[in-house]
Amino acid sequence: MSTTVSSPRPGSPKPGGAGAAAPATVLAAKPVSWKTPVLLAVFALVSLVFFGFLAPRQTASFGISTGGDFFQLPALEINAFAGGIVLSVLLVALAGYAVFLKTKGQPAPGWLPVTFIVIFVAAFLIWVVGGARTPAISLAGLIAGSVTLAVPLVFGSLSGVLCERVGVVNIAIEGQLLGGAFTAAIVASMTKNAFIGLLAAAIAGAVVSMVLALFSIKYLVNQIIVGVVLNVLVSGVTGFLFSTVMQANKAQFNSPPGLDVIDIPVLSSIPIIGPILFRQSLVGYLMYVAVAVVWVGLFKTRWGLRVRAVGEHPQAADTLGINVNATRFWNVTLGGAVAGIGGSFFTLVAIDSFTKEISGGRGFIALAALIFGRWNPVGAFFAALLFGFADNLQSIVTIIGTPVPSQFMAMLPYLVTVLAVAGLVGKSRGPAASGIPYVKG
Amino acid sequence: MPDQQSPEHTPDAQPAPPPHDSQETAAGEQTAAAVAVDTAGGAMQPSAVPGTAQSGQLPGDSGTVLRRIFTGSGMVSVLAVLLALILGGLLIASTDKQVASTAGYFFARPTDMLAAVWNAATRSYIALFQGSVFNPRGNGLAAQFAPLMETLTIATPLITAGLGVALAFRAGLFNIGAQGQIIVAGILAAWVGFALHLPVGLHLLLVLVAGIVGGALWGGLAGLLKARTGAHEVILTIMFNYIALYFLRYLLNTPAFQRPGESNPISPILDPSAVYPQILGSQYRLHLGFILAIGATVLVWWLLNRSTVGFEFRAVGANPKAAQTAGINVSRSTILVMAIAGGLAGMSGVAQVAGTEKVLTDGVAATYGFDAITVALLGRSTPWGTFAAGLLFGAFRAGAVQMQIQTGTPIDIVLVVQSLIVLFIAAPPLVRAVFGLNPRRRKPARAAKSGQAATTGGAA
Repeated sequence: MSTTVSSPRPGSPKPGGAGAAAPATVLAAKPVSWKTPVLLAVFALVSLVFFGFLAPRQTASFGISTGGDFFQLPALEINAFAGGIVLSVLLVALAGYAVFLKTKGQPAPGWLPVTFIVIFVAAFLIWVVGGARTPAISLAGLIAGSVTLAVPLVFGSLSGVLCERVGVVNIAIEGQLLGGAFTAAIVASMTKNAFIGLLAAAIAGAVVSMVLALFSIKYLVNQIIVGVVLNVLVSGVTGFLFSTVMQANKAQFNSPPGLDVIDIPVLSSIPIIGPILFRQSLVGYLMYVAVAVVWVGLFKTRWGLRVRAVGEHPQAADTLGINVNATRFWNVTLGGAVAGIGGSFFTLVAIDSFTKEISGGRGFIALAALIFGRWNPVGAFFAALLFGFADNLQSIVTIIGTPVPSQFMAMLPYLVTVLAVAGLVGKSRGPAASGIPYVKG
Repeated sequence: MPDQQSPEHTPDAQPAPPPHDSQETAAGEQTAAAVAVDTAGGAMQPSAVPGTAQSGQLPGDSGTVLRRIFTGSGMVSVLAVLLALILGGLLIASTDKQVASTAGYFFARPTDMLAAVWNAATRSYIALFQGSVFNPRGNGLAAQFAPLMETLTIATPLITAGLGVALAFRAGLFNIGAQGQIIVAGILAAWVGFALHLPVGLHLLLVLVAGIVGGALWGGLAGLLKARTGAHEVILTIMFNYIALYFLRYLLNTPAFQRPGESNPISPILDPSAVYPQILGSQYRLHLGFILAIGATVLVWWLLNRSTVGFEFRAVGANPKAAQTAGINVSRSTILVMAIAGGLAGMSGVAQVAGTEKVLTDGVAATYGFDAITVALLGRSTPWGTFAAGLLFGAFRAGAVQMQIQTGTPIDIVLVVQSLIVLFIAAPPLVRAVFGLNPRRRKPARAAKSGQAATTGGAA
């Protein structure tokens, strides 16, 4: 079946090079575009000038260990000027390599932009911290905070992956997150049980998704319209019930018991990775499980093959006996449940009550992470981490006092997304049938 | 719309019954002809978003004239509004205390609860009406019609931004970016308004031009990126909304934009020469922007239905590949339509800073940019439909404030009703099923098949 249904990106096990090999072979026939090399060169030059030559002469200090760690590592001390120059030279070399490959008519390999982004972020970080009033931040805290902020984004983008891979555009991630957050808060408050709240959040997300599926699959309404409208609807319903029910009796309806952080002994004391992997709430651990399960499910199981077949070429899938619309309906519903769990993070873990618009547009960032991660669960996970990182950096940078206005830091994820969809990481191409309703016959 | 989409089911669309053996070919030709009518200036029933509203419609083939009236799209719109209002009323009633207390003995005396439900819903809707159209308790006729003037004031930015979204829809583009376009327009218009000091007339004109140019640049940039790189405009415009918002927040903390001696992010007040005059006297907030919104509606109608450029927009929206083959520059159309859409949204930004607010804050766009999407959808992407939808949603917004004060029903109910209306209007079969108006013989598969061709022309 995989020969008849040509999936352009069957997924690759390596997170960094997610889907890099496949487009390379697809694009080999076409002339390689100048876009990527030129963009890389521009960014390398920006880095060399601003992060290198114009860098502050302070020493930036990055704390690695926290007090409760298993063993203590000394803080990383980097001279901002020297560090900026060294990393910028590396960036220039990478850009040069991309240009060299272009002159040979070869596209840049997948690891190149990824490495470029990582080094660029590092150079940026050194520059920002080096120019601050107190040039010291805790790297461990920065990374741990990024993961925490990324949890709802990861769930949201996994929902997007599940829906888009089966051929339904999911703009309603924001609504699913918000619905999950609201339901988790109200059910957990009424039952005094956070686990039931978590379950209810998944159901709420699934219900939002079912409306999306019903309208887009049965009534063939444009999926983007349904998504946009659903976001408004969920925002209206939760806002209405918040104002009428929750505010009238906060103790009964809006004081959910939280999900505590589960600390795995010994392992959680490892510097940097300990807090990320072994000091999370239940929702945080579920996030890792969900990423792994969705990835394995999509790319290693019969179910996943069917899902991708329906998303790429529904006619072919139908010919082979797959019920296209049923597959779509249940996968979209599943996606909603995943996003609903992500929404519960707001009210059960991050904050202990619901407020209006608590998801604050994170559903749209999740959508961006999905595209940035090229419709791959692992790619989306790392893209969401990057956005969480930018979000966290923004608040930290405001505290340590840098010359960069915090509004520009807040703008970064969106600018990065525009660059991403406009071609920094190669042509973003979704599943072929995404957004197109399937009518048999 | 159903008639154009599936002519083979419509008796009066068939000029002569074809011979039996060549029926297939005749039907095929007619489909082609219908598509040609759709793209080539058939202005009488323009489509909403290509490939959306058309799909899933049932031909009203069986039955009487009466049935056709009841299953027509106008009736569906009315029923959709009715259904949304009913569901909204149920939501209001579900949180009402009287309803809750009478529900306790529902099986003993059901009429009590039903009466309570009716009272809760109607009380809110009556307050909504009094806050948006006519308030009988007002002192004198002028005060009684003050709510209507408020409705028109709030409708002004909704109409112009809705026109921008609708225009992009017709060209097959989802312009989610009205919010950002309003913000950028507001920034430029406000700056011209408070930083420059020019003579009366010229100043206001320059404010208007600055706003339109700002919106057009922001929209056109998204169009340019879409045309050059193939990036999806939905993602681009959503991101542009956030970029514009954070840029505005940054500016409001700089000396150039922040009001002197003020620690809050708020700009200086615009010069009196830079604001719209109040057209019906100073007791109403209604300003010149409403007249300009009417003008913009006429302009968009002319553009879409009478101009070459508008024809190209619709052709691209219906089928970009065919349009390309016919010699239409699709890239140019994409950039141009997004720029014009941005310019229209820019008029909303001007209406905000020069009409109602008279200052620039980070809430300059409120939620007008997002509401504009629902306005355009409700108006089925036609200029006058959008105008009417803008008035309706303006009435909801204006009335909701009164409703919240009088009955304590939160404003959010308006969001619920608005979104339900759009959902139901987009799915006519659902509305007809709810009211039991579906044609007896259903042929959903064939009807949808002809709609399928158009879906590829859609923005998705």
